[in-house]
Parts: sequence; structure tokens; C-alpha cells
Amino acid sequence: MTTYEAVIGLEIHVQLRTRTKMFCRCPNRFGDAPNANVCSVCLAHPGMLPVANGEAVRQALRVGLALGCRIPERSKFDRKNYFYPDSPKAYQISQYDQPLCAEGAFQVPGEDGGFVVGITRAHLEEDAAKTIHVGGEAGRIAGSGSSIVDFNRAGTPLLEIVTEPDLRSGEHARRFLTLLRATIVATGASDCDMEKGTLRCDANVSIRPVGSTGFGTKCELKNMNSFRFLERGIAAEIARQTALLEVGGRVTQATLHYDPSSESLTVLRTKEEADDYRYFPEPDLLPVAPSPTLLEELRAGLPELPVARIARLRDTYGLPDATAATIALTPSLADYYEELAALTGDPRLAANWTMGELSAHLNAASLEAAASPVTPPRLAALIALTVAGTVGSNAAKTVFGELVADPAVDAATIVERLGLAQVDDADELGAIVDAVLAANAAEVAAFRAGKVQLIGFFTGQVMRQSGGRADPKVVQALLNDRLR
Amino acid sequence: MALTESDVRHVARLARLGLAAGEAERLRGELASILGHVSAIAALDLEGVPATSHPLDLVNVLAADEVVPAAGVEAALANAPDPVANGFRVPPIGA
Repeated sequence: MTTYEAVIGLEIHVQLRTRTKMFCRCPNRFGDAPNANVCSVCLAHPGMLPVANGEAVRQALRVGLALGCRIPERSKFDRKNYFYPDSPKAYQISQYDQPLCAEGAFQVPGEDGGFVVGITRAHLEEDAAKTIHVGGEAGRIAGSGSSIVDFNRAGTPLLEIVTEPDLRSGEHARRFLTLLRATIVATGASDCDMEKGTLRCDANVSIRPVGSTGFGTKCELKNMNSFRFLERGIAAEIARQTALLEVGGRVTQATLHYDPSSESLTVLRTKEEADDYRYFPEPDLLPVAPSPTLLEELRAGLPELPVARIARLRDTYGLPDATAATIALTPSLADYYEELAALTGDPRLAANWTMGELSAHLNAASLEAAASPVTPPRLAALIALTVAGTVGSNAAKTVFGELVADPAVDAATIVERLGLAQVDDADELGAIVDAVLAANAAEVAAFRAGKVQLIGFFTGQVMRQSGGRADPKVVQALLNDRLR
Repeated sequence: MALTESDVRHVARLARLGLAAGEAERLRGELASILGHVSAIAALDLEGVPATSHPLDLVNVLAADEVVPAAGVEAALANAPDPVANGFRVPPIGA
């Protein structure tokens, strides 16, 4: 039987974080009353002229540089013609053959050696208006009585990033998009929130026999709004196409929607013929020619990007790739970690706490690391107590909870106040050990008869009787001594 | 390349134009004459000459990213044929 491999490319739309729209100076802002942020330009009144937003150009260039794109000497805007109520001009201003950012390459690291994704291009364009379909079923377009258009989003700046078909699985797509998102966020160009729609992703998926270099018929998965759904949607589409080919069928070019709740794919439309948008140069806008000075300035202003930070965390602190990646993807968490690693002098332990208790607390409280009441010095003091053997691991978690609850108190005070200090006194623990062994004579006999795994049972009993404060190492030693 | 009636119908469909009987043939002639005029350029030696995308020799005409107060919803909807709840109502899409 033929084995197939998937060929996947992504098209990503990123809403840029500018104050004003792409071609007019209406606010680029969401959540306002419908049609509050509109003017003659974004409503396409006759005779109005667009002027490109310089800040949007700078942000797009920053992203392009961060993705390793070549920045051509000159780029221009074009009209993409189509009829739809969300586009009042009956064309979208986009970029066709001369995008702002040309080919680039993006490295995704990983335990498996990682992979490289070619960036075909990144270009500027304007977003469409929002349409709400009324009079039909649950906001669906089919069967709706009419649609209501809100032009607040019309004309807001978008950066469209197109990748080469270099991805081979849903998992690769998720890993790539996760890192791409973190990189764009680091440039400050967008908050890239998939739930809010400031990052949107379509995937072109086809399959081909392993070893073949041609391309199968591709299908487009529209608007997957989370990293998980992107991964699952692609996996579902690969399975669908494979099943089709295995029974001798063929894939029809189509646009599909993935419904994560039912994990099913619905065909939105099949494509009988290629789209014909009749692109032509936008006569109302002049070309953009980024100067070498500007590019140098933008390049110099880029922060340390996630890919570089992952490598640095891995090399400087000896962290595994996956750990370094998880920490580096959130800059404030990475800053926290580096301070904690320096304070404790133990990068591994600092990573365990950052990934464990700290991250759980940040997620539960929806906090950035920098805003946590448990500052790196407070956590470092707690870690020092665990290293010194003053508190055991369970007690340390209790102390951490108290550090969250009361920002004014330090770890040592909590340990003292709650009596959480580990007991390593051999006499005190010896008495508990003796009591436990006396109360479980049958198990002691079984242990001596060879059921050595009962050591865990005895340890557990002693820990419980000590209120969780016994030093497990001392308990083990005492048990071994008594049971020998 | 000669312009065919089917080309004319294709362009008309893209522009959502209905053509009356005989119009496609008439328009084919008119369009062919316009394209023929422009195609005079093809006779020139344009090796190494970049395509002109704009007649003005200017680049980087960009606006500062500073908000100019928007027109406001009332002005925006003043010419709407069927306004509803601050929105433009349009006929059902794809019906």
C-alpha cells in the first residue's frame, strides 16, 4: 500500500498594533459601537484618497526582518478586485508581485533537531469590514434574511505571511505557528491573540506518495482559531485525503471548515476554476522604498527573538530544548527565570519551579510573571530552604501558596509560623518509625520474607504520622536500619 | 492574442455586468481596439526597463500614525439606504 506524506503551507494574517488604520487616520480600535470609527476613505466615498500608514510599514518591516526575510528595494500596492459587502471599494488594497518582505527562512528548534520553514513573502494589506448575518440560523450566512455591515475593521492594517509548503504534519504546523507568534509579539507589531482574531491562520493541505516531489490537489482549511485546532484540523484533513486516495478516489480542490467540537470537516465551497482577482497597481498610492538606514535602525531595535533566546537558555543554563522553548516563548517568564536562576545559582531547580508551581499560579491568576506577588527573590529564598533541607517538597508547595496569599511575608517566617520545618531528628523520627513498625507487624513480616516494595508503605505511614514534615532521607535510613 | 467573445463574457461576469444579445460581439470589437492601441508598446525594445507602476517619481509618501477623529456613526450612515442599529443593512449574501 502506498504511504503518503502531507505537504502543508500556511497563510497567516496578523493585525498590526497601530493607532490608525492602514490608509486613513480612523482609529484602529476594537469594541467600539458599530461604524463609530469610519470615514470617507474606509467607506470608499468617491474621490477619497488613501495614504499609507508609516508606522504599519515600519512594523511590517520589523516582522519581516525578524523572520529573516529579504527586504526588496521597492515595493508597491495593488488592487485585488472582488465583490462582497465587506469591501466597499469592491477591491482590497493589497500587494501582489512586489511585497514589502520577500523570501525568508524561519528555524523551529526542537529535540528532534527542529526544521526550517521557508517564508514566501509577507505583505501589507487592509482588513475587510465585519458582517453579521441576521434572520437565519445562529448567525449562519446560509438562509439569512440580510446582513449588517460594521466598517470599524474595514481598512485596518494586516500583515499577510505566506509560508512555503515545508510543513509535514499538524504538529509541525502548531510548533511553527507557536514560535512565529512569539516572534511577532516580541517585535511589538501585534498581540497575536487567536481568540480575538488578531492572528488568523489558514492551511493549505495536500498529500503525496512518500518519495514523490510533485504536489497533490490541495484543500484550504479556513480560519483555525487556536494552535490545538490547527494541529487537529490538519490531522483530520490529512486523514480525510488519505482515506479518499486509498479507496481509489481523488481529492477535489475545496475550501473547508474544521469544527473542533465535532472534530469534523465541512466543505464550504469547491473550486471549479482559479480565482481571478484582476490585480493591478493601485494608482492612488506611491511605492515604498525602505532605505538601508531605516532597515539598519529597525534591525538594531529588534529585541532578542525567541529562537535566539531558546538557544541561549539551552546553552547558558543547560536546559533541555523543550524546557527552554516553553520558558523563552513568554518573555516576562523568561526574564523571571533568568533572575531566579542567578539568585539560586541552580538553573535546573529554578526551571522546575518556573515550569511548575510558578506557571500554575500565573495561569490560575492570569498574571504576567513580572506582576506576580512571588518575586524572584522571595521564591529564591524558599528554594534555598529546600536545598538546605529545612522544608520538604510538599511543605515547600504549601509555603509557595502562602507567598502568593501574603506578599509581605518571607518564606522562612511562613515555615516557622506554620511549623513546616522538616524533622530530621533521629530520636523523634525513630519513635514514630518504631510505632509504625509495631502497629504493622504483618507487613513487617512480609517485608522480611522478601516483599521489599513495602518500604514505600512504611515510609508513607511515617510521613503521615509526622504531619508530612519528616525528612524522607532520614526516614529511609531509619527504616532500613530497623528492618534489617 | 486575439480577443474572443468568451473573453468578453468572462470579464463581464467578473464585473457582474449583464450583456444583452449582440453586445458581446460589439464590445469585443471595442475592447480589441483599445488593447490594440496599448499593444503598440510591444513594438518597442523594453529590455531592462522596469514596468511603471505610477506616473509620479515619488516614493515613501506615508502618513504619521496619528488619529484624526472619525466622521461618526450618524454621518457614516447618512447615505445608507437601509440603516439598522448603527449598521448598514445589505441584502442577503449569496442569495
